[in-house]
Amino acid sequence: MTVRRSWWKTAVGVVLVGLMLFPVYWMFNVSLTKTSDMRADPPHWFPWDPTFEGYTAAFGQQLPALATSLFIGLGTVALTLLVSLPAGYSLAKLRPLGARGIDFLLLVAQMIPAVVMAMGFYAIYIRLGMLNTVAGLIVADSTLAVPFGVLLFRAFMASIPAELMAAAQIDGASTWRTFRSVILPLSRNSVITVSLFAFLWAWSDFIFASTLNRNSDVIPITLGIFRYIGNNTTQWNSIMATAVIASIPAAFLLVLAQRYIAAGVTAGAVKD
Amino acid sequence: MTSVRTQSVTVRRAAHEAPRRRSPRWTALAFLAPLVLYMLLFYAYPLYRNIELSVHDYTPRAFVQGDPEFTGLANYANILADDTFLRALSNTAVFTLGSIALQYALGLALAVFFHRTFRLSVALRAMFLVPWLLPLIVSASTWSWMLNSENGIVNSVLQAFGIGQINWLTSPDTSLLAVTIANIWLGIPFNLVILYAGLQNIPADLYEAAGLDGANAWQRFWRITFPLLRPVSAITLLLGLIYTLKVVDIIWIMTKGGPADASTTLAIWSYREAFGTGQPDFSPAAAVGNILILIAFAAGLVHVHLQRREERA
Repeated sequence: MTVRRSWWKTAVGVVLVGLMLFPVYWMFNVSLTKTSDMRADPPHWFPWDPTFEGYTAAFGQQLPALATSLFIGLGTVALTLLVSLPAGYSLAKLRPLGARGIDFLLLVAQMIPAVVMAMGFYAIYIRLGMLNTVAGLIVADSTLAVPFGVLLFRAFMASIPAELMAAAQIDGASTWRTFRSVILPLSRNSVITVSLFAFLWAWSDFIFASTLNRNSDVIPITLGIFRYIGNNTTQWNSIMATAVIASIPAAFLLVLAQRYIAAGVTAGAVKD
Repeated sequence: MTSVRTQSVTVRRAAHEAPRRRSPRWTALAFLAPLVLYMLLFYAYPLYRNIELSVHDYTPRAFVQGDPEFTGLANYANILADDTFLRALSNTAVFTLGSIALQYALGLALAVFFHRTFRLSVALRAMFLVPWLLPLIVSASTWSWMLNSENGIVNSVLQAFGIGQINWLTSPDTSLLAVTIANIWLGIPFNLVILYAGLQNIPADLYEAAGLDGANAWQRFWRITFPLLRPVSAITLLLGLIYTLKVVDIIWIMTKGGPADASTTLAIWSYREAFGTGQPDFSPAAAVGNILILIAFAAGLVHVHLQRREERA
């Protein structure tokens, strides 16, 4: 009886996932469709005559953009960790002056619309000559992840028993040494979570890329797809093929690091 | 994974402990310094520039030369008097409230569905994260093609049911609905994950007791699940509100806020004035952006207040 009920639920679950992921399936389907079949009415439900012309075109044109996005993503992760790890440690364990104020400011920082940040950065970069540079995008993209990183590290490190720190201090370890040898190894999971999100947000960023990097030859993949759509409205198989390629990191991370993603989404909203 | 309780254990350093080599105050500040510097440079300064843009008249020429005329609150007055403002405000309200209400309802229904494990439930639940992880440009362009008037799969399916062609993205009657639908789809995973975690924290024995008292599933949901989930629901809705107010990419990629402002929200309006026309007009754009911050900030204050109440509970 219970077994039957459970299978019934599984069947419903499969149908629900199918409905939810239909757009993703459609992206695949269109990416494999021949240009000549693009305007078929009704559209082909399955790629029964698949072609890789879309992928050939996408790879031919978008490889540099993919490399740029990868570089920006990794740079954003590095900058985010550099700023938020020590700050999280300080806020969680060292009780610095003004901790409450910092908390509040981090919350406010997350409410500022990206379009406002983009205008501010634009006004600053135009003076500094940092428009259309990869470094400029890394800095802008890191603002998406730093508040999240600090809040997550702070919450996680606060739960590390104070006895461990006390023990390290009694052994004569400096604060820095304690941070490096005790706190960091224990925080491995939260470092993975923050890195994941920092990378994904930078990889997916469109607003900063489209405002701070508009006239550059070195463009991230999101801008590559956007320009592609603007330039040719008939090559939807190539557009969708690029979209599939741009989704690879997300799919990859979902398979490898689902646990960390779920932890990151619920951080700060739900207490365990 | 994280416990948000502030240090329940703080070790009082006993008097006979070895004196530390440096004053801990300095060390604490040293570890915090990169963040403080970062926030001053990359949040406070851009924000300051944005306010400064909104109280001057920055023509493109003045923008480069740096000699704009000070106009006080004139930009704000012009914005509020602009015909687009009411349109953008009501579009923002429809888009935001429609999105978060349906994301929440669907996310909660799915969370309840997955609450009791069954075969493959973990894997299926993970699959739901996909839309949330995809780059927005990917989701938005996929939806654009699905909603295409002549060749879109959506119209093709509707045709099978005898419904004529709907110009989803090119008709002012439906473009706001179209971007809202796409945005709801994007937000379901986030709601599902948070609400599912909230459900896991409800003690199972409550359900057992209710079962013994003869409560059916419907009663169990409305008498136990929903009331006990209230704090998590409130936070989920508020975070959703703050995120949705800021949305630019999905709308810009699908409709550019058109046709004729039909899907222009405050965020889109600000983006278009600044970056979308080829004639950058930063001063009104910054003013619109700042109005948006005020709305988000009001929501944020509610959020902080709720979290405080949560922590006391």
